[in-house]
Parts: sequence; C-alpha cells; structure tokens
Amino acid sequence: MSIEKQTIENLATLARLAVDDKRVDEISQRLSSVLELVDQLQAADTSGLSGLDHPLNETQRLREDEVNKPNMREAFQAIAPDTEDNLYLVPKVID
Amino acid sequence: MHNLTITELIDGLKNRVFSSTEITQHFLARIRNLDSEFNSLITLTENQALKAAKTADQLIAAGNAPELCGVPIVHKDIFCTEGVRTSCGSKMLDNFVPPYNATVVENFRSSGAVMLGKTNMDEFAMGSSNETSFYGPVKNPWSTDSVPGGSSGGSAAAIAARLAPGATATDTGGSIRQPAALCGITGLKPTYGRVSRWGMIAFASSLDQGGPMARTAEDCALLLNCMASYDDKDSTCIDRPVPNYSAHLGDSLKGLRIGIPKEYFSEGLNSGTEQAVRASLAEYEKLGAKLVEISLPNTGLSVPAYYVIAPAESSANLSRFDGVRYGHRCNDPKDLEDLYRRTRAEGFGDEVQRRILIGTYCLSAGYYDAYYGKAQQVRQLIRQDFIQAFEKVDLIMGPTCPSPAFKFGAKGNDPVAMYLEDIYTISTNLAGLPGMSLPCGMVDNKPVGLQIIGNYFDEARMLNAAHQFQQVTDWHQLAPAGIE
Repeated sequence: MSIEKQTIENLATLARLAVDDKRVDEISQRLSSVLELVDQLQAADTSGLSGLDHPLNETQRLREDEVNKPNMREAFQAIAPDTEDNLYLVPKVID
Repeated sequence: MHNLTITELIDGLKNRVFSSTEITQHFLARIRNLDSEFNSLITLTENQALKAAKTADQLIAAGNAPELCGVPIVHKDIFCTEGVRTSCGSKMLDNFVPPYNATVVENFRSSGAVMLGKTNMDEFAMGSSNETSFYGPVKNPWSTDSVPGGSSGGSAAAIAARLAPGATATDTGGSIRQPAALCGITGLKPTYGRVSRWGMIAFASSLDQGGPMARTAEDCALLLNCMASYDDKDSTCIDRPVPNYSAHLGDSLKGLRIGIPKEYFSEGLNSGTEQAVRASLAEYEKLGAKLVEISLPNTGLSVPAYYVIAPAESSANLSRFDGVRYGHRCNDPKDLEDLYRRTRAEGFGDEVQRRILIGTYCLSAGYYDAYYGKAQQVRQLIRQDFIQAFEKVDLIMGPTCPSPAFKFGAKGNDPVAMYLEDIYTISTNLAGLPGMSLPCGMVDNKPVGLQIIGNYFDEARMLNAAHQFQQVTDWHQLAPAGIE
C-alpha cells in the first residue's frame, strides 16, 4: 500500500505541519511501511467486542463544577512567546 | 559511595556515616566528570540540589526526616519541574520552564529526595534507542557505540554509570523496561493509574505510566512507595490505597506459579538472550516456584495495535504545541496558519512528525473505525489473553527485549524494525498491566533483562520475586568497565 503525495499534503494540513516538498517521497515510503504493519489488525476477529478506552475499563471520574485552582495566569503568560494586556498574541486573523 | 544502593544510602544517612551534602556533592562531581561521555543528563540542577541537600541534613539532624530524605535522584525530562527547564527531549520545549511541579516530582520533593538534574530521553518519549533526542543520543555505559534503549535511556544510563542511585522514568510501550534491560538495571512500570500523570508531558494518554528505576528491586520498592499516589488532578488515576511495597520483600517464592508465554520465545529472539532468561527461570525453580507454559495468542497483534493507538493519541496530545502559549515559535509568521505549521515543523523532529502524520491518518474521516476503533477492540483481545493467563499463574516471565543493546544507526532507516524492539513489552501497556525488568545475564558483555509481568496492582509480588532473585544472583551488581 502506498500513500499518494496528495494524501500527505492533506495530512500535513490537518496536523498543521509544514512538509518540505523534497521530503514527501521519503515520508510517503515510511508511512506506507508503518501502515502495512498496522494493516495486520484487519485480520483479527473482534466481532462483538467493545473498544477498550481505559485499560482497566474504568469510566472517567467527574468532579463538582467548582473553582478549585488558583489563577496562575501571570506565571503562565511569563513563559509565552508574545502577550499583551493578559492576552496571547498571534498574527492578525481578520482585518 | 556511588556503588551504594538507595537502601544503603538511607542507612548511612540515618547513622550519620555521611551527610546528604556529601553524597550530593559526590554525585554532582561524577556527573560533571563523566557524563560528557554518556550524555545522560540534559540539565544539571546543581544549586537547587545543594540547597535541598542542606535542608535534608537539617531534617535528619532534627530527627524528623521523611522516607527518602537526602537521597539524590534524577528525573526524566518529561516531568515538569517548577523553575527548571523541562524539554521532553525536544527543540519545541528547549525554552520551556514550567511554573509548577508534576505530582511525581512533588511527591519526591516532599519525601526529602534531592533532584540532581533532568535526564535525556527520546523526543516526546517516541523511540527505543534515545537517538531521537534533540540533545543528542545517550550512550550505553556498557558499550558506548551502542544505544541505551529508550525512551528513558538517560535515566537508565545515569544509574548504570553510577551518576545517580535512582531515577524516575515513563513507559508507554516499554520505555522503562527496555532501557533498564539494555543498561543492566532494574525498572518497573506500574499498573496504569497507579502513578499520577499530572505534569508528566503526555504522549499516549491511555498507555503512559510513570515508574521508578534503580539498581535493585528493593530500591524500586522504596521509590514506588513515594511515587505512587492517588491524585484527583489526573482523572485516570485509580483511587486505591498505596500498599507498602517494601513490606513483602521477605516472602518466600515457594509455590509461586510463573507463566512462561510460548509466544515470547519464538522467532526473532536472540539465542544468548534466550539462554540467559531460561537460566534465570531455572533459578526461580530452585527458589521453589513452579513454571507453567502458557499462551498469549494475540501477542502478534500488540505491535500493530500500538502503532495505531500511540500515534493517534499523540497526534491529539501534541496539537497543543502551537507556538502560542509556550515553547518554540517560528520567526516572522506571515499569518496564523504559517505560525502553526512552521513552528511545528521546526520544533518537532522527524520521528515525532512521522507519528503525528500516522496518527492523523488513523483518526481522519473514513479511517477512524478501521484503525483506531479496530485497535481499541484488539486491545480487549490482548487484555483477555492476560486475564485468562492470570487464572492459572501468579506472575508471567520472559525476555524484556529480543536482543541486547544494538549499535547506533542499526535500525535508523527502518521504523518497523525499531518498533519490533518493543514486541514483548507493548502488550502490558495495552492491557494496563504492571511490568518490570531486572538484569539476568550478559551476552557479548552486554546486559540482558528478565521481564516480570504481574496482575493488576500486584507490584508488591513482582518486586518481591525480583528481590528474591537478586538475593541469589549478582547480575544487578555488575558495573560497566571503567565505572567501578
């Protein structure tokens, strides 16, 4: 099974990765060999089985909807690449 | 001093044979002098360590020292440490200084342990050879042209080279056990949910589990006593009392039923490794255990299932690294899309990008059921194999990995060959079971690991089985040439 260039480009868009044109062939080849490996799964008989979401089949615990953590905005924003007025800055999205 | 175990160090500290400051200075000096050869640490936290050692000495003098007071350890650089760079082996987080401690780090801090530094690892824990680290590969102290295993290769190598007596590590598909095996030390991956994942940078959330590494099982028990805790900040953590893992270290193995999965002794297993493992099993028989042949028929499906689930979950987890809130950001982004795409392309290494793309593929529209859904069902098959096996046996044993440490670059061009390195360890992660590795022999002057798999929350029995073996063998006491 081989993956087409177009598929790699779509995946890169979905994953928000810039993929260099020169690397597409190599990536395609490597992804194909991994997909060949994982295609072995298709032969397994899993009829009637539910998927295992928690390894111990536990359900996710919920907590009360209450404020229980201190606000650490200053500490978190101190390590951000760019902030202003307590906001994270990114390139302009709308004019 | 560096040849003492944690148990012996605690004794020496209690009896004032030496102070924590002296031990800490000794290990810091060893790291400074020797680690340029192994590259096992990314960050050395010398000042904090000396300060923590001084506090520990005061607590010991005052007679109210907590369990691990004054014991130097190193943390895998995947655990967030307040005020200390936490890189996860990636350029993406090269500048990341967390404003908080992971629960595991906090547990050790409040137990009086002294952090010497942060250990090298495969980038975002994705690798079995430590070759994917942004900070360069870690070298195996037993043979510096060979890999230490991964992803916790820095933690394992640091212990093997006697640069620290104990370490934290994490295991998603074998990342504690495989490097422990390849570096000739003891390491334990607990039951999923036993150790908090809060502040531990996520790779594959349904598989990741933190655990201890040390030279002996007795020391791993001490570390696990501190490391394991219920934490309401980790919603997958299991609310269950933490037993004293040191309490059962004297139990007899008479009548212990050890399952030997025939699938773990098949094609692909190095003959020297097999001999060493079989000899160890014979040792267990001498200790009174009974060997029972068992079958885990779906073992072959574990690697394919893992390489759907782990990349899928990591592609979702790693979407948070976007250049906006912390970590690497590309220069002069022309728009938001460009900011995301270039930041991620520059910040992530090749293997991480490859896994993100595979994960994205497996989760994308039209493929989700065929890949992720199917792999989650296969996981039930693998879990059922183990549940059936544990109706007949108390523990399962076999090799940790197919062969001893391989040379750098040996599997570099073939991701699938690298993935098969984890063939014996992955299924326990998929099932959420605890597994450990301990030294059990040497092949070509390189260590071989024996793997012990236990039932859910049966870490105490596993640690005792390993401890009893270490009472009658000395593989765990061997040191690499030049390290004595």
